Amino acid sequence: MSHRYIPLTSGEEKEMLQAVGVERFEDLIQAIPSHLRLSRPLDVPPALSEMALSREVRRLAQKNKGLTELVSFLGMGWTKHFIPAAVDTVVSRSEFTTAYTPYQPEASQGSLQQIFEYQTMVAEIAGCEISNASLYDGATALVEGLIMASACTKGRKGFAIASSLNPRYREVAQTYASSNAWSFHDVAWTADEGQLDRKSLESTLAANAGKIAALVIQTPNTFGMVEDLEGLAETCKAAGAVLLVVNDPLASILVDPPGAFGADIVVGEMLGLGISTSLGGPALGYLATWKKHLRQMPGRVVGRTLDADGKRAYCLTAQTREQHIRREKATSNICSNQGLMTVVASVYLALQGPKGLEEVAEQCATRLAHVREGLAKAGIRPLFAGTPIQEQAFRLPAGSRARVESACRTAGLLPGVWLADHLPKVPAETLLVCTSETHSKQDLDLLIATLSSAGGQA
Amino acid sequence: MLHDDTGRTLFEKSRPGQRGTGEIEWDIPRKGLDSLVPAKLRRKKAPRLPELSEGEVVRHYTVLSNKNHNIDKGFYPLGSCTMKYNPKVNESLARLSGFSTLHPLQPADTIQGALELMWRLEHMLAEISGMDSVSLQPAAGAHGELTALLVVRAYHLSRGEDRRKVLIPDAAHGTNPASAAIAGFECVTVKSAQDGRVDVEDLKSKLDSDVAAFMITNPNTVGLFETRVEEICAACHAVGAQVYMDGANLNALVGIARPGDLGFDVMHYNLHKTFSTPHGGGGPGCGPIGVKSHLAAFLPSPRVRNSDGKFTLEKPSTSIGPVHGAFGNFLVMVRAYAYILAMGPEGLARVGRNAVLNANYLHAKIKDSMACKYEGPYMHEFVLDGSPLKALGLHTSDFAKRLMDYGVYAPTIYFPLIVPEAMMIEPTETESRETLDRFAEIFLEVLRQCREETETVHSAPHNLPLKRVDDVKAAKDLVLTHPFE
Repeated sequence: MSHRYIPLTSGEEKEMLQAVGVERFEDLIQAIPSHLRLSRPLDVPPALSEMALSREVRRLAQKNKGLTELVSFLGMGWTKHFIPAAVDTVVSRSEFTTAYTPYQPEASQGSLQQIFEYQTMVAEIAGCEISNASLYDGATALVEGLIMASACTKGRKGFAIASSLNPRYREVAQTYASSNAWSFHDVAWTADEGQLDRKSLESTLAANAGKIAALVIQTPNTFGMVEDLEGLAETCKAAGAVLLVVNDPLASILVDPPGAFGADIVVGEMLGLGISTSLGGPALGYLATWKKHLRQMPGRVVGRTLDADGKRAYCLTAQTREQHIRREKATSNICSNQGLMTVVASVYLALQGPKGLEEVAEQCATRLAHVREGLAKAGIRPLFAGTPIQEQAFRLPAGSRARVESACRTAGLLPGVWLADHLPKVPAETLLVCTSETHSKQDLDLLIATLSSAGGQA
Repeated sequence: MLHDDTGRTLFEKSRPGQRGTGEIEWDIPRKGLDSLVPAKLRRKKAPRLPELSEGEVVRHYTVLSNKNHNIDKGFYPLGSCTMKYNPKVNESLARLSGFSTLHPLQPADTIQGALELMWRLEHMLAEISGMDSVSLQPAAGAHGELTALLVVRAYHLSRGEDRRKVLIPDAAHGTNPASAAIAGFECVTVKSAQDGRVDVEDLKSKLDSDVAAFMITNPNTVGLFETRVEEICAACHAVGAQVYMDGANLNALVGIARPGDLGFDVMHYNLHKTFSTPHGGGGPGCGPIGVKSHLAAFLPSPRVRNSDGKFTLEKPSTSIGPVHGAFGNFLVMVRAYAYILAMGPEGLARVGRNAVLNANYLHAKIKDSMACKYEGPYMHEFVLDGSPLKALGLHTSDFAKRLMDYGVYAPTIYFPLIVPEAMMIEPTETESRETLDRFAEIFLEVLRQCREETETVHSAPHNLPLKRVDDVKAAKDLVLTHPFE
């Protein structure tokens, strides 16, 4: 029986068995004890034609309500932005899609140069010297950052963690904590601005003197507020720790990037920059740092060199950190990363350039201000004063959540993330609203009107 | 060549003031950045990102792409990587807006199709492997290994046992010990026996009540099925250790035997190998794990539950917690689901069968010219011993570079470590006999050149965009970003 993905005909199979010198296929698998072999067909649905297969998968796609049907203000680490058509045109090319990890540089210069350029763009955005070739997503990039911070501080296991860190990231880090013997120490936020409380940081560092590997802080934080990173690297250094910043790359087009404040390790999520939200995956975790920390950096990295004729060339390098050489002493276990997603992000960043990105960020911030002003008229205020870029936490009146949810459902709105579901320390009616250039005035006004009537005081 | 400006980056082509996107319309009043971001916080020095028109960007990447070997263009016999054909319908289905526009924090009732797809895929993978429960969350094979070891750790701890050791064969992928170390275990190496399989006596001598797990690749990295698998599992279970199957080579077993039936407790799959999703130049992959029922309670959260066609998300208190910010590489799962539906039971049965047949057929065509260290028949791949090349003043790497001059990618080289000058060849089931015949001819031709035109091989490649790349200089000089000045 023929199959469209398998080229051998039954006639060829017979001839090939003869060429191998066996009579039956079973002679080739004598090493598998016969009682361990599968004696029945696998219990999966019968093979479908391409037409029927498409119908079935489309059925599932249509059962979802995507962001094309719902007006969504969901964010918290996954943001939606417009994606120019050229991005998908480039990334659809088989030459990128169906290539393997570029182990043989002479036949992989396309991927290698592209990754080298990606590394440069990430380092520029984060304000650091170098970047690796990618990690799975923002949350796992944080985990790699923690492992790296520990290695940078001769094996320290304690982490001072800003309580305003993305709670999903915190949860993922927690999964890896006990096997690594990590201890997490919460650093409070200030009551008025939701910023890192410096006094709380100092007491955490003092109480765990000699044990803290890093301060972990996110900017903008989970309330959407840009953190003032001034002086934190120095405070960390004085305590023998490093500064690890979870950073929104789009925000750092407008505000000084963590690297400019001397952050040792900068990690984050590139999803949104050319990468569709896609239920959160494939996403693209990034990690930027400094040459002095290269030996502790996880993951692949591409370097520039020459070929035998003296032509410029690129290849994987600094591999003595990696699992295929160092095995249990490697800086990370990562092998496959998110290669193709670096093509997506690179094409997007190259199309936008610094001006285009700045404009997208300005659009987001302006649309957020429009929402803020509209909600203020109904007495709905931000949880904290400060500088947001593309998202901000708002405090709705106590007891209004059910009403708001019902009104939003009727209006086809996903108004944002109810932060207390993820971060129990915030008031129950805190709504994290994420805006982007894709929201029209009509979308913004729908949100304002719905929240104002169901949750406002007017 | 007009557009082949070797190695010239986007940054060198950039010209200030240019861009590849248009200005976005304003339907609300513009406030200006000065009123939005205080001067104190504003970025002082703009990132030096490229400034180019749309057409220039597209051409840059198109020219770059042409310098890549890829599976659509030609044979990719990279052992252990399972470079099979990536069906095109999967690409278009993964791009459906009903999948690509979903947000991970949407309420479950708005993502019923996605949850159903994941639930169905979990059950299909469980059936294919003979495991009881599957988590799709790990984003790649190594991530699956690490997740599985955290599950094993949680299982032992739930029984009041803090076991410290993980046993790993000397022929294992480097990710195995690296994952074990990050999962907090001490690695102990198990030797390979004369026949290339695990030295079961050495294994038994290292098993004790402090062993949390034995990680074993099956078929192993020299392409051999571990014939004593039942004895191995029984010995591990006798001391309470879990047996982990690295599923990198699962392609060989599809439709032929199931890891769960062989006695394994836990395993990972590589959807980007066995289930045809594209490798993307190094990812995104997807590395689900499958477990027997006694480990299921510890799988990463959230879990997808199905009650009469209504799908919900649950966070069991016994779970190790999430290992990814969202659900994992969801669009890779869509592709794998479509692949399994396209194959059906008969198609899947031919995956393992033809992968094994192709490998043995190719081996038969070249075995008289270059031998394997260990005796077959092989499963999906075989590993040649390239050490005879050394007498000619050549190495496996020279041979590999010369092969690429003929439009094929090089095999995996210098792995596994137990074979000197190793050359690992995996054709997969999606290659035709004609391709295998032609590859064998090229292989023999390159071998002839090794004897008669040694310098041609020594200085290869000759027909690729670049000559031999100097990786020593790359590691010494370490230029990791574009030097702007």
